[in-house]
Amino acid sequence: MDICRRKSVIEISELDPFLAELLRQIPASANPDGAPAAEQRIFSPPIKGKATEFCAEWKMYVEPELRRLFQSATETVATDLEQLNGNEKSLGNRTLRIPAKHCDAWLSALNQARIVIAAKNKFTENELNDHCHSPIGSRRDLSLFQVNFYGFLQEFILRELRS
Amino acid sequence: MSCGPRRDGACLAQIKEVEEITLVSNEKAGTITTAEPTIEKETQSEEELDLPWQVVVHNDPVNLMSYVTMVFQRVFGYPRERAERHMLEVHQNGRSILWSGMRERAELYVQQLHGYLLLATLEKAG
Repeated sequence: MDICRRKSVIEISELDPFLAELLRQIPASANPDGAPAAEQRIFSPPIKGKATEFCAEWKMYVEPELRRLFQSATETVATDLEQLNGNEKSLGNRTLRIPAKHCDAWLSALNQARIVIAAKNKFTENELNDHCHSPIGSRRDLSLFQVNFYGFLQEFILRELRS
Repeated sequence: MSCGPRRDGACLAQIKEVEEITLVSNEKAGTITTAEPTIEKETQSEEELDLPWQVVVHNDPVNLMSYVTMVFQRVFGYPRERAERHMLEVHQNGRSILWSGMRERAELYVQQLHGYLLLATLEKAG
């Protein structure tokens, strides 16, 4: 896989089918539905301690706005990912071009996906910081690899935004 | 949104009223007249009363350090060095107070931080 900035586009080329599939999974992975721990983390309370009237109002007025914000980001990413659904040979490498103006949506969707996957798998801080983890041998290992791969993409996008 | 400012006390402003009633005697007429009462009001502005609210960001093992720094720069307009200092404080101490001031603005900051998926809460100082 090669990743570089070309004018107003971030280009990810030489994407093998495995990594392309991980990218395709971003919108689905970002969805916390059906996982209370993930839902609780994505929509964390605005104050510590007991639920109050303020929390109830937050749930009623702020959470729907946040939901729309997160959904809009994943929809933008899903649209960009349609490039990976071409008629090329299924085992051929692919290229994905992300418009620079979509970088914020990608950062959000990647972050949502990382948070949801981590919450669903209850990854510990040590696991998340272990970048020399053994090769993928289980579904859990694959999920950890997914979190790290998405983190790598986030780092690259952040570097490009800074430059 | 309607999550507007909320206060613990019933009063928004503390009003100190001092009423001075001056009794003026009029010996010639043999009467006593009462002068108009003078009412002095000392009020504190809403901003003064609403100061001790803090925006606190808590440690989260998933969010990248570079991402958190960028969010602090964007939301609070902090220079990179200050944003990094707060990010490291979150990382090392588990939390950092990013801003303090009026509740309404603090709520807005917390909402923005949640939009970036940071663990942020609103706390009353002290």
